Amino acid sequence: MSSFLTYLINGISLGSVYAIIALGYTMVYGIAKMLNFAHGDVIMVGGYTVFVICSTLGLPPFVGILSAVVVCTVLGVVIERVAYKPLREASSLSVLITAIGVSYFLQNAALIIFGADTKSFQNVINVPSLTLMDGQVTVSGVTMVTILSCALILIGLTTFINKTKTGQAMLAVSEDKGAATLMGINVNRTIAVTFAIGSALAAIAGVLLCSAYPVLSSTTGAMPGIKAFTAAVFGGIGSIPGALIGGIIMGVIENLSKAYISSQLSDAIVFAVLIVVLLVKPTGLMGKQIQEKV
Amino acid sequence: MENILEVKDLNVYYGVIHAIKDVSFHVGKGEIVTLIGANGAGKTTTLQTITGLIQAKSGHVSYDGKDISKTPGYKLVAEGIAHVPEGRRVFADLSVYQNLMLGAYTRKDKDEVAKTLQMVYDRFPRLLERKEQRAGTLSGGEQQMLAMGRALMSKPKLMLLDEPSMGLSPIYVNEIFDIIQKINQDGVTVLLVEQNANKALSIANRAYVLETGSVVLEGDAHELMENPQVKAAYLSE
Repeated sequence: MSSFLTYLINGISLGSVYAIIALGYTMVYGIAKMLNFAHGDVIMVGGYTVFVICSTLGLPPFVGILSAVVVCTVLGVVIERVAYKPLREASSLSVLITAIGVSYFLQNAALIIFGADTKSFQNVINVPSLTLMDGQVTVSGVTMVTILSCALILIGLTTFINKTKTGQAMLAVSEDKGAATLMGINVNRTIAVTFAIGSALAAIAGVLLCSAYPVLSSTTGAMPGIKAFTAAVFGGIGSIPGALIGGIIMGVIENLSKAYISSQLSDAIVFAVLIVVLLVKPTGLMGKQIQEKV
Repeated sequence: MENILEVKDLNVYYGVIHAIKDVSFHVGKGEIVTLIGANGAGKTTTLQTITGLIQAKSGHVSYDGKDISKTPGYKLVAEGIAHVPEGRRVFADLSVYQNLMLGAYTRKDKDEVAKTLQMVYDRFPRLLERKEQRAGTLSGGEQQMLAMGRALMSKPKLMLLDEPSMGLSPIYVNEIFDIIQKINQDGVTVLLVEQNANKALSIANRAYVLETGSVVLEGDAHELMENPQVKAAYLSE
């Protein structure tokens, strides 16, 4: 029982990282109607930024985390401006291929700069672990910080969207870009803001992910990126609560499969569950019915 | 009379299709001007070009004496142009209140916005009753009222209305046209695009008749109502 609880809590923690990444996918999809496959690689850039600031330069952790957020936010906006904005009127297939191109570009740029050998990531989250149930269950500091961060991000994001003009503009743009323009909303600026927020979240996810699994390479972001994308689809792409629920369920299934079934099969099990969910409910758990416009 | 809007030699293409051909017209301050014509005559395209949703190939649009042909669409709202688009295009997933507040997106003064909101609720009491309701659940007539209320939230000087009566029951049609007249009496200039030529001509000062992308007739609205050509083509009941 106590080991089950440990696996469950760790699963929720892993799922929280997926959820934070999935929020970026789902917001960008909701507003720009595109799948940003380079999103996972922004996580890797966040990880390397912390590595350079904290391990190479020896600066304190909060400087590293802050730098990662700044670097990723700027990177996200630049990617959107340079690679995606010129394709606003292009077919979605062109945009998708471009996104995959940006993903490979980032991975190979990291390979050139940092080399092919994996770096060991120095944990920047120094929080003592918590012992529960007379020492039977131990929750590490990183795990607690991860779950807490996810909750705070979700609350913050929901408040931002519901209470601020920019948040309302994002909702308007996601529904109808033309009508949003007629309200006086600058659609391009709103899309840029969405990329900025999504990339800042990717930086935080990068820090949390690398603190829990302390190895860093140019493909660090690829698999978590794909899983978080899966989580976003699983929860219903475009839906913020969907990203949270999808992420947590994915993380829990993955961790429990590793513990009780097979660590080699865990990814296969996760994706099998996705396939079943999409067969039963093609729009995902929280997804809306897609209405044909008349 | 001073012109609030002047359109000169406008040409718009959809790919190779020449949709708007050398269209020129003007709207005087305080007027109701209507563009009438059949489906595909280019009425909606004209409005969309004015507010920058479509780029013109050539020609000029000036508003309040300023050339706005190259101004991005989103900047025109703050200048005082509100466009109520064809098919209403309310934000279906958002509440009536959220839709109205998005109409005031470019305005900074919260107290003034609150006053305008009160004015819109006074004009459209049904929107007040349904303010928490999702816009997508409103009836067609209510959505039209919401689209017009949302446009009024920006405190426009010029309102472009695209087919406000489309798909509405006759009771709503009358109500909508009454409201357009009231909005105009409050000092808002109106450029109205309509297929319901009878109704449009009955409330307008002047009218232009569009046929396959060109202006073929123009003049006083009441005179046009008596014009045998217009009668035969657009006023047959």
